[in-house]
Amino acid sequence: MTTTVDERSDTQRRGGRVAPTGGLRRRPGRRGAGLVGRGALALVLTLGAAVMLVPFVWLVRSALMTDNQIFVAPPEWWPKPFAWNNFTESLTAQPFGLYLLNTMIIEFFVVSGTVLTCAISAFSFARLRWRGRNVVFALLLTSVMLPYAVTLIPTFVMWSEMEALNTFLPLTVPAWFAGAGGGVFNIFLMRQFFLTIPFELDEAAYIDGATPWRVFWMIIMPLSKPVLVVVVIFTFIGVWNDFLGPLLYLGDQDKFTLALGLASFQSNYTAQWGYLMAASTVVILPIILLFFLLQRYFVEGVTLTGIKS
Amino acid sequence: MTQPRASARPGRVRAAGQVRLERRWGWIFALPAMLGFLIFTIGPMIASAVFSLTDWSIGSKPNFTGMDNYVRLGHDELFWKSLTVTTYYTIGSVPLVLLVGFVAALLLNQKIKGLSFWRTVYYLPTLVPAIASAVLWIWIYNPDFGLLNSLLRQAGLPTSQWIYSEKAAIPSLIMMSTWGFGNAMVIFLAGLQGIPRNLLEAASIDGGGAWARFRHVTLPFMTPTIFYNLVTGVIGTFQVFNQAYVMTQGGPNNATLFYIYYLYRTAFTEGAMGYAAALAWVLFVIVLVITVLLFRNARRWVYYEMGGAR
Repeated sequence: MTTTVDERSDTQRRGGRVAPTGGLRRRPGRRGAGLVGRGALALVLTLGAAVMLVPFVWLVRSALMTDNQIFVAPPEWWPKPFAWNNFTESLTAQPFGLYLLNTMIIEFFVVSGTVLTCAISAFSFARLRWRGRNVVFALLLTSVMLPYAVTLIPTFVMWSEMEALNTFLPLTVPAWFAGAGGGVFNIFLMRQFFLTIPFELDEAAYIDGATPWRVFWMIIMPLSKPVLVVVVIFTFIGVWNDFLGPLLYLGDQDKFTLALGLASFQSNYTAQWGYLMAASTVVILPIILLFFLLQRYFVEGVTLTGIKS
Repeated sequence: MTQPRASARPGRVRAAGQVRLERRWGWIFALPAMLGFLIFTIGPMIASAVFSLTDWSIGSKPNFTGMDNYVRLGHDELFWKSLTVTTYYTIGSVPLVLLVGFVAALLLNQKIKGLSFWRTVYYLPTLVPAIASAVLWIWIYNPDFGLLNSLLRQAGLPTSQWIYSEKAAIPSLIMMSTWGFGNAMVIFLAGLQGIPRNLLEAASIDGGGAWARFRHVTLPFMTPTIFYNLVTGVIGTFQVFNQAYVMTQGGPNNATLFYIYYLYRTAFTEGAMGYAAALAWVLFVIVLVITVLLFRNARRWVYYEMGGAR
């Protein structure tokens, strides 16, 4: 590993030119090059990180300023004084507590439904042999390519006919059908993982008289925690960030989710930028925290999908 | 106690009971997914096709009008405008996101201190809810008090109206989309970690320099990943909605009239469901054609056979 690391840093430093080759040059030249390369790498990463983070800094800084201070040219970077009341006032200007509760209710039903039904379908596609299995799975996979706009209007009409507009049903029920649409990715992910578990475990269980449900629930699920965590995180973030769904289906303000509340806030309160920035900060923070705590599962999760091959 | 022998040979010998069990339960277990596919994908697709052949608007009865909607599309200036806008955005955004994501993945695939910190920082923008990031960027692009113009002014450089100018609006949104290269980066990272280390080492022993190794080992191995990001990237940019809805409302002068935003307006503001369904089907065909073309072209540069070496 270290070899590749040093070599790659070399490339950067020399701007990608091929190094003069020769087995003997290795040790002495390399250590110095590694140091310089490493320094360059650190510098590039820091600069990049600054570019990535500046918008966030700008956001938090604006969230802590009074409107008077926000509209000063040239702009100031440091809030003077800290307008903490932006947070308390913006969050009470609209019922953000209720929005949070609504979001969490939807989260609960979507995450549990997606994980359960996607896992059980994936189990069927990975470890149970039945006629037509591969054809059905291939068919499901094609829906990944389908633009959501194609199903948008009829699906809306369907919920409207069922008089389910302005309820959480259109946002939660599809999750119980293996996530419907977007859920196919989860099935794919879990299937890949299930395929890596030794099949002898199932065989032994069946010989002991176990049912497939028992094999799924007592053997496969406990062994699949990493992939389950990944699906939970992806699904949770998806719901947290969803905007078009709530926009279409939720009309009454007391049904709003956080994303929807923030959007309506944006149109109603453009005069009070400090409030808007404070509310945005509050919507962003939990997801960043969640990601930071569970960061390593993300890369792992994508690796698991086998996209690499 | 003869049966455990069978289990020692996985997948070969199965008791008759197990075969029956798997057949019956396999079906039942796949049922949620199959029903979901029928109810939420196939059904709506067919319905959408039928709607697109009617003049149905909210509050009126649908009449069958054949291909009228599609003919009307051909003369609809806004349709062509939205298609141009979306294509412009795709061509600008996808290569940039791919390039930046790839470079970032190369940098973050090395042994450095605080790797998880760096990865989090670069992935961060993708986590930000679309609405929050839209709000954030409206503010960054504010011509008078925004971050960008302030910085430019201090550096003595010319400023811009950004999303408020017809010319700069799409480039501004492309710039914003590049900020969110995190998803592409994570997938590139996964791909980089799948490159067999012994191949890199072999190339190194054969006297290959860093560039040669990149060119002849890393890059070929990464072509499937690049291709995956390319396809999902194009499909994704053709479905942009939030930025247009929250930041620009399609303006100024329809400069950011993204396809889905136009579709949304047609269906849910004007209530022209039949016409919007036709729009949706045309989008479907466009995306399908692009995907097929990409796949055809991929044969020339994507090295799938190397994936077998893992």
